[in-house]
Amino acid sequence: MQTEISGRAFVFGINIDTDQIYPGRYLDLTDPADVGRHAMEGADESFVKNFQAGDIIVAGTNFGCGSSREHAAVTLKAVGVGAVIAESFGRIFFRNAINLGIPALICPGISRYVHTGDKLAVNFESGEIRNEATGQTIKAQPLSAYIMNILSSGGIKPLIRQQYQQS
Amino acid sequence: MHAIEKILAKAAGKSSVATGEIVNCKVDLAGINDLYLQTIRSFYEMGGNKVHDPKKVIVFLDHYAPASTIQQADNQKQFREFSWQQNIEYLMDIDQGVCHQVLVDKGLVFPGMVLVVTDSHTTTHGAVGAFGTGVGATDLATILMTGQLWFRVPEIIRIDLQGKIPPGVFAKDIILRVIGELGADYAVYKAVEFTGPVVADLSMSERMVLCNMTTEMGAKTSYIQPDAITQEYLANKVNQDYEIMTTSPGYHYHAEHTFDVSTLKPQLAAPHSVDNVDDITKYAGRPVQQAFLGTCTGGRTSDLAVAAKILKGKQIHPHTRLVVVPASKQVFLEAIEKGYMETLIKAGATFVTPGCAACLGTHQGMLASGETCVTSSSRNFPGRMGHNRAEIFVGSPASVAAAALNGCITDPTQYLAKED
Repeated sequence: MQTEISGRAFVFGINIDTDQIYPGRYLDLTDPADVGRHAMEGADESFVKNFQAGDIIVAGTNFGCGSSREHAAVTLKAVGVGAVIAESFGRIFFRNAINLGIPALICPGISRYVHTGDKLAVNFESGEIRNEATGQTIKAQPLSAYIMNILSSGGIKPLIRQQYQQS
Repeated sequence: MHAIEKILAKAAGKSSVATGEIVNCKVDLAGINDLYLQTIRSFYEMGGNKVHDPKKVIVFLDHYAPASTIQQADNQKQFREFSWQQNIEYLMDIDQGVCHQVLVDKGLVFPGMVLVVTDSHTTTHGAVGAFGTGVGATDLATILMTGQLWFRVPEIIRIDLQGKIPPGVFAKDIILRVIGELGADYAVYKAVEFTGPVVADLSMSERMVLCNMTTEMGAKTSYIQPDAITQEYLANKVNQDYEIMTTSPGYHYHAEHTFDVSTLKPQLAAPHSVDNVDDITKYAGRPVQQAFLGTCTGGRTSDLAVAAKILKGKQIHPHTRLVVVPASKQVFLEAIEKGYMETLIKAGATFVTPGCAACLGTHQGMLASGETCVTSSSRNFPGRMGHNRAEIFVGSPASVAAAALNGCITDPTQYLAKED
C-alpha cells in the first residue's frame, strides 16, 4: 500500500446511500469489471465517464448508508478509487471498503475544504489531506492499527488466506 | 455490562468487554442471501475449501424470488450447488420469503445468540433479544471459513417510549418519528435499545418493526429486553435452550432519549431520505400511483390484517395499484387462512411471491419516472424502487392501504379511530 497518493476530488453530499453508489437493478452482476460500469450511477450518471483510476471520492456525513451490498465497495475498487474520504460512513460500507483494501478516511469538515476537480494529496499514515488547488491542509482521523494492518495487507482476503493456511 | 455486551462477551469467550474494544466472536448463525454471490467467490479467493460448520450457515434465495433474468437464475443455481456441496441444510429456496421473517418463523433466532446476515436489516432480531447485525459478502465469507467475526463493542443508546399509542398509529409511525428527530446517521456504529411501557405492550411484529428500522439511523444492532411476550412467541418455535441476558443495574448509556407517543399522528418519511419525516397530514391529497405493502419491515400478518380491515368490501382507487408481498410463506398461509388475501384481492390488490420484491428496485413493482409510491418498506432513497425520479413515501401499512383506497396520501386514522 502506498503511503501517499494524489488524485482529483469528486465531491458528493450527505447520506449518499449504497443504492446511489450502486443501483439495485444491477445487483445480479458479479464480474467486478461489469460492476465497475455503474459506479455512483444513482448520484451522478456521468461519474464513470469522468473518473480516472487514482481519483478520490469526497463526501459529507453517512457515506455508504443503507444496504449492505458489497457491490458498492466492489464498484469503487473496480474504477480504481484512490481513497474515499467522508465526514462519516455507514458502518457496513466502511467494513466492506476496508476489507477490499480501499482506504476509507473519516474527516469531519472535509466537504467545506474541497470542490470537485481539486487535486488532493493524501497521506494515510499522518492522515493529512492537502488541497493543492487552495493550499489548505486538513487532517483525517488516524486509522486504527487493526485497520491499517488490513489495508497494508491489501485487504482482508490475503490476511485470512494466510491465517487459514497456517491453521 | 449491557445485555448486548454480555452476548458479545460470551461469544468471545471473555468474562467482560468494554465499549470500543474489538472482539472476535463465535457466530451462532450466518446467513447469505442471493444478492451476495461474492460471498462464495470471496470464500474461494481466500483459499476456502470446507465451510467451518455448515449447521451454522443458512442460505436465502429471497431477493430474486423467483429469478427474473438469466443472470439471477444463474446466481441462484450457484447458491444451490454450493449449499449441496457444502452440506448446508438450511437452503431457503424461492418459496420461503424474506430472510428475517423466515428466521423467526422457523424458530432459528433466540435470545442471546449472535446472528450475522448479508443484509442490513439484521438489526430486526434485537426484538427477540438476539445480537443481529448485517455485513457484506467478504465478512460473511470469513465466517464461512473460521466460524468467527470481529466486532467493535458499540456504544449503546436507550430510547424510552412513554404514553399510550393512539388508534391508527403503529410502531412504524413511532420509529419514523424517532428517526426524524434524531437523524439518519444518529446511531452509526452504535446500538439502540428500546424500553418503556409502550414497548412492553407491543406485539412481537411491532417490536420487530422498531428494531428493523434502527438500520435507517445507522445502527449496528438493536435490543429489546425479552419478556413474557417474547417467551410466549418463541415457545412454539424455538427448539433449543437459550440464555436471556439482562443489563446490569447502573449501566451507563451513551445517550438516552424519551418520546411520548400519546399525541403522535401517523408519520411519513418523504423523498428522498428516511429522516425527512412529518405528520402524514402535511402531504394529504397528493396523488399516489402505487401502494406497496410488504417486506421485512411491513409485510407481516398483522400488516396485511390492518390493510384488509381498511379495504374490506371496498375497491382501491382506479388510478392506483396495490402491490402486496407477504413477508414469508407462513405469513402468506396465514393471510389465506384468515381471509386477508381474498379481501385484498377483491379490493384490487396484486399479490407477488413472498420475498423482497420491489423494495430494492430489482423487480415486482418497479416505479416509473414521476410516479409516487407509499410503501410500508424501509427506504426512500433516490432510485430505490425504480426510476431515480420516482417519489417514495415511507409509512405504516395502514397509511399504505388508505393511499390505495383513495388514490392519494390519506390519514388512515379515520378508518381505525373507533377501535377499542
